[in-house]
Amino acid sequence: MNTEILGIVLMFVVTVILAIPLGRYIGKLYNGDKTKLDFIFNPIDNLFFKLSGIKADKEMNWKQHLVALLSINMVWFLFSMLILMNMSWLPLNPDGNPSMSADTAFNTSISFISNTNLQHYSGESGVSYLGQLVLMLFQFISAAAGMAVCAVVFNAMKERTTEKLGNFYNYFVKSFTRVLLPLSIVVAIILLFNGTPMTFKGKDQFISVQGDTVNVSRGPAAAMIAIKQLGTNGGGFFGANSAHPLENPNYFTNAVEDVSIILIPIAMIFALGYMLKRKKLAWIIFGVMTVGFLLLLIPTVYFEMKGSSNIAAMHIAQPLGSMEGKEVRFGPAASAYWAITTTVTSNGSVNSMHDSLTPLGGMSAMLGMMVNSFYGGVGVGFLNFYIFIIIAVFISGLMVGRTPEFLGKKIEAKEMKIATIIALLHPFLILSFTALSSHLFAHDPKTYAAWLNNPGYHGFGEMLYEYTSSSANNGSGFEGLGDGVPFWNITCGIVMLIGRFLPIIGPVAIAGILAKKKYVPESAGTLKTDTTTFGIMVFAVIAIIAALSFFPALALGPISEFFSK
Amino acid sequence: MKQNILPAIKLTALTIIFFIGIYTLIIWIVAQVAPNNGFGETVIVNNKVVGYKLEGQKFSDDKYFWSRPSAAGYNAAASSGSNKGTTNPDYLKDVQSKIDTFLVHNPTVKKEEIPSDLITYSGSGLDPDISVAAAKIQFNRIAKTRNISEEKINALVENQIQKPLLGLFGTEKVNVLLLNIELDKLK
Repeated sequence: MNTEILGIVLMFVVTVILAIPLGRYIGKLYNGDKTKLDFIFNPIDNLFFKLSGIKADKEMNWKQHLVALLSINMVWFLFSMLILMNMSWLPLNPDGNPSMSADTAFNTSISFISNTNLQHYSGESGVSYLGQLVLMLFQFISAAAGMAVCAVVFNAMKERTTEKLGNFYNYFVKSFTRVLLPLSIVVAIILLFNGTPMTFKGKDQFISVQGDTVNVSRGPAAAMIAIKQLGTNGGGFFGANSAHPLENPNYFTNAVEDVSIILIPIAMIFALGYMLKRKKLAWIIFGVMTVGFLLLLIPTVYFEMKGSSNIAAMHIAQPLGSMEGKEVRFGPAASAYWAITTTVTSNGSVNSMHDSLTPLGGMSAMLGMMVNSFYGGVGVGFLNFYIFIIIAVFISGLMVGRTPEFLGKKIEAKEMKIATIIALLHPFLILSFTALSSHLFAHDPKTYAAWLNNPGYHGFGEMLYEYTSSSANNGSGFEGLGDGVPFWNITCGIVMLIGRFLPIIGPVAIAGILAKKKYVPESAGTLKTDTTTFGIMVFAVIAIIAALSFFPALALGPISEFFSK
Repeated sequence: MKQNILPAIKLTALTIIFFIGIYTLIIWIVAQVAPNNGFGETVIVNNKVVGYKLEGQKFSDDKYFWSRPSAAGYNAAASSGSNKGTTNPDYLKDVQSKIDTFLVHNPTVKKEEIPSDLITYSGSGLDPDISVAAAKIQFNRIAKTRNISEEKINALVENQIQKPLLGLFGTEKVNVLLLNIELDKLK
C-alpha cells in the first residue's frame, strides 16, 4: 500500500490504542479513585487548593459549577487584556514587538480563554515571548476548564438521584496537573529533540548560500506547541502554525502532533464508559463519531491526493497530489488527515493552508466544524454530542411511543427546550454573521476589497469558514481573509464568546436537572441507548441538523466552486 | 459570584507560576541538552552559518537545485502560504508564469514532466524539501551550467534522498539546502 496512506492509518491506530488506557485513567481521576501516580500529584494538587483557599471536597450543584467556571474565566479575560495591550514595554520582548490594539486584544483574549485560538495576528511579529507564554497558559487552563465541565456532566449521568456533582476546582486542577501537564512534557521533549527551538533569544540572522540576508524567528516554541496540540487549542507559535518547519520538523513529529490532536477527545469517551460502568455505550458513541470522522476523512484524502483539476488542466504532473499550501515532508495524505482531525475536534492548528485545499476538501473541513462533535474539543466535544443524544432519545421515544428516557432519567419539555436552543445556536451564529459580512461586502465591494483573498464562491467560503471556525471554537481559518481589522476582530470575538459558553451552560443545565430527577430502573419498556440502532438514530439527527442548516450555505460556497471549475 | 472571585484570582495566580514559570523552565532545561541547545539547528560551511537545517531558503540560480516557490519570499521571520484557492483565475495565471519561467531555464524539460511541488507555494513559505521527481527534473540544467556529468549529480541526489519514516510511512524527499551544499563540493 502507498506509504502516505499507511502513515495516516498508523496515526489513527496509535491514537485509539493510547486513548483507551488514558480514558480509564481520566475516568479514575474524576471518580476520585486511587491511581498509581497519586503520590506525585496529591501534594501538588493540595498545594493549589490550600494556597487558593479552596475546599476541594465541597460538592457543588450544577449552578454553582457554572458560576465557578464563569468567574474564573472573567479573571482570565481581564488578565489577558492587560498583558496583550502592554507587551511592548513588558519583559521578554527581544524582537521589540508592539502591544496589541484594543480590538485585536479583545479578539485574542476571548479566542484563548474560549479554547478557540483563532489568531488575527502573526506569532513572529504580533506578540512578545511573554505574550506567547501567557497564551500558552490559557491553552492549559481553558482546556482543563472544558474537561472539568465534561466531568460534571459525566458525574451527573450516573445512576442515582442527587444535586451534588463534585467540585469544579477539583476537576479543573486535576485535569491540568494530572493529564495535560505530563502529556505536554512528553510531547515538548520529543519536539525539542527533533529540532523545535526553546530559547529566549530573539531573532537570528545569517547570509544564505545564494547571498541573501535572512532573519530567523525563534523563541520558547516547544513548550507551547505541545499543549496547543494536546488541549485542542491550535494557536501556533509561528504564523504558519504546524506547517512551519520549526514548529513541526518532520514526518515523525507530524505524527506525534496529530495523534495529540485527537488523543484526549477520544480518551474522554472511554472515560465516560469507565465512570458510568457502561463500556458498550462508550463504544457506540465512539463508533458513531468514527463513522462521521471517516465520512469526512476519506473524500478529503481522495481529493487532495488526486490533485487540483485546474492544475491538471495545465498539463502539469501531480505525482503527490495537490501541493498548493502543503509541505513536501508531509504530503497531501497526511495534510488531509490533519485538516480533518483538526476540524472535527476543535483544535484548529494546521499543517497545510486550508484556504488552498481542493473545494470539497475545504468543505469537509467546514463540515467537521459545523457538526463539531465527532470527537470534538477536549471536554466540550462530548457536551455537543450529549445535546444530539438528548434530541435523538426524545425523537426515538416519540417514534416508538415510549417515554423518552436516557440512562434512567425522563427527558421532559424543559430539557428538550434547552437542547433545541443549543443545537440551533451554532447554525444561527454561523449563518447570520456570514450573511451580515456578505451583505456588507456585496453592497460595497470596493471598501471591503481587502477582506477577500480569492474571488467568487471561494471568497464567500472564506467568510463562511471564519465564522464556522469561531462558533465551533476551532481557530483554523481560510487565512487569506483579511481579518486583522476591527469588524472581524469584534464580530468573531462575540461569536467565539457565545459559541463557547452557551454550549457549556446548556448541557450542564440539562445534566444537572436530569441528575436531580428520580432514577427509573431499566425495564422491558426502556428504550436502550447502548445499541447500534440508537447509534444510527443519533447519527441521523446529527446529519439532518447539520445538512439541513448548512447545505444552502455550502452550496453557495465550496459546492459551486467544485462544479464551476 | 463573590465567593468565587477570590479563589479564582488566587488559583489563576498559581497557574501563572506553575505554567509560565515551572513548566516553561523544565522544558527550557531539557532544551540545554537538545540539538544546538534549543536555538534551532544551523548548517555551517567554512565556519559560517549559512542557514537553518529545517528552514528552506531561496535557490533560484541556475547552478543550484531550485527550492519551492514561497509566498513569504523565504523570510524566516514572517512565515506564510499564498492562501490562494486552487480555482482562483489570478492564481492560475501566476502558476502558468512559473511554468513558463521553469521551461525557459530548463529547455530540455517537457511541460508534462514538471512535478507540481515546483510550481506551487508551500504552506509555510519555508519548505526545506522538494520531491525526488522535482530534483531529477533539474539534473540537465545543473549538469550543463556546472559542466558536470548527469550521472555524478544523480549519484549525489540518490545519496541525499530521505526515505519515508522507517521506510513505511510518509513521503520521499530531498533537503534542498543540504543538497546544494554537497553540490558545491563536487568538482
